[in-house]
Amino acid sequence: MKTFKGRAVVPGTAKAEALVSHGGFNTLASFQKALMFGDKKAACSDQNNPDIYGKPMCGKALCLPQTIGSTTGGMVLFCAAEMERQPACLLFAKPIDSLAAAGAILAGVWSAHPMPTVDNLGDEFLAAVQTGMTVRVAPDGTVTVEE
Amino acid sequence: MAIALTAEQQAILAGEKGEVQAKVMRTLVMYGETFGAQKMVPVTGANGHLVTSFGLGVMKPVYALMDTLIEGGALSRQPFSVDPRPLDQNVPSNLLQNVFFKVMYSKQASYEAQLNKLGLLDESAFTCTCYMDEVGNKPREGDVLSWAESSAVVYANSVLGARCNRNSGIIELFGSIVGYVPYFGLLTDEGRKASWIVEVATTQKPEAQVLGSAIGMKVMEDVPYIRGLDTWLGTELNQDARDYLKDMGAATASNGAVGLYHIENLTPEAVRQGEALLRPDAKVYRIDDAELARVKAGYPVIWKDANAAPKLCFVGCPHLSERQLNDWTQKLTEALAQNGRKKVAIPTVFTAAPKVAEKFAQTPQAEALRAAGVVVSSICPLMYMNNPLCGKMPVITSSNKLRTYTSARYHTDAEILQLLAKGEN
Repeated sequence: MKTFKGRAVVPGTAKAEALVSHGGFNTLASFQKALMFGDKKAACSDQNNPDIYGKPMCGKALCLPQTIGSTTGGMVLFCAAEMERQPACLLFAKPIDSLAAAGAILAGVWSAHPMPTVDNLGDEFLAAVQTGMTVRVAPDGTVTVEE
Repeated sequence: MAIALTAEQQAILAGEKGEVQAKVMRTLVMYGETFGAQKMVPVTGANGHLVTSFGLGVMKPVYALMDTLIEGGALSRQPFSVDPRPLDQNVPSNLLQNVFFKVMYSKQASYEAQLNKLGLLDESAFTCTCYMDEVGNKPREGDVLSWAESSAVVYANSVLGARCNRNSGIIELFGSIVGYVPYFGLLTDEGRKASWIVEVATTQKPEAQVLGSAIGMKVMEDVPYIRGLDTWLGTELNQDARDYLKDMGAATASNGAVGLYHIENLTPEAVRQGEALLRPDAKVYRIDDAELARVKAGYPVIWKDANAAPKLCFVGCPHLSERQLNDWTQKLTEALAQNGRKKVAIPTVFTAAPKVAEKFAQTPQAEALRAAGVVVSSICPLMYMNNPLCGKMPVITSSNKLRTYTSARYHTDAEILQLLAKGEN
């Protein structure tokens, strides 16, 4: 078990299976098909992300460096939350980017389904966590990875 | 640290302009505090620009939110342009695809009615290149903007010298509603400094779309200071250079998350400040012919049959300028003549802003393009490709952004020309 301390951007608790993207997470490309075609598991549709392409994102602890791509990103995350297709939590190794922050905050303020969001967990977090591991999030930004 | 609000901003937050505007302000304050903003600053640009232009039936949460804003009187204080429409009956599509389009974008009319109520600039303000002279939403240097659309934001920051963060859809509208944005990131002098030096060391003018892709993938959301590109673009920010930077920037923003780049001796801040824009610890990324070839070779081809004959070609994501439309027309007609053809070998769509397309339509080149079988449209190619029946087609494009978000296969401009004129690469 390893513990990491980050900053709680949207405080909350979560326990979920990790889904790890080592490259930048392209929010629009990843959620596009899931939102358009009602895929309740929200399988990742980003062909450029071999780490998570085709894997379900709904209910997972999404572990990533930052998000990249279209500025629809925050709106897409907000929609995912409102449609209950959202990850259980968003865990960023680096400081959160403006699009992901917008999505997390929009979901926190305007949706009944917020996503606890922690950033600044460090590169060592992404080095330690692997897809399938169990991850716990505490409201103060503490993230525990269970092997 | 909490944001220090002015009396007017505090009043909005306290609900003096209604609960909805208070919630809008609360969202912006949280957004700013996440990035250490200590104040909100006025939006000084004349117009906003929104990224969400499509009435996708399933995006009910967005339409519900828009209704909440309208009913709560939280309208935009400034007129705004918006990304391109997702539909155009002039773009080739079959019966089944059209049925799917109708179902997919079933909310288009009602969403456009919402946009009109919120503050849409005019009926032709649907383009990702709102900064073209013809469109009427070109910010001044130093303007503070509340925009989204990654390609427009990176262009406004880099080429025009305006100041705008890479805002998300909805957040950009919120800034236009309250008239303030949190002061952080690319709005600040410090946030506009470069943490990468990109050395362009190619033996010929690099393909804008591949160069931008390489830079985006490397620097992610950092600011690059690009050296050596003035060798190929010159030191005058003329229309040729602006078009090149439009396409390069769109690739940096979609293949990475670049919101601002500086081109040594060319873009406004680089011309004035030069190396003073560099952070002391700036890393170096050298791009030569081999690096560009490596990046291009890494693009996956996700067609079911990688050797399938292309059925459609899109040029213009972001939308083309009038100069680009003219340039493509000239090159295409010459290439067709050389190959003894009158029409393009692949159904082809060139896209441009409605007002740019309208102006181009008055020229003799437009007739030449029509005769060559090319459709000029103001559609969003990305939204077209989101139709799963279109996504299954082998579509080619010279846009790295379109490649990134869809199944479209990327080719350089020269390769596209060859394919259109000869039907083979």
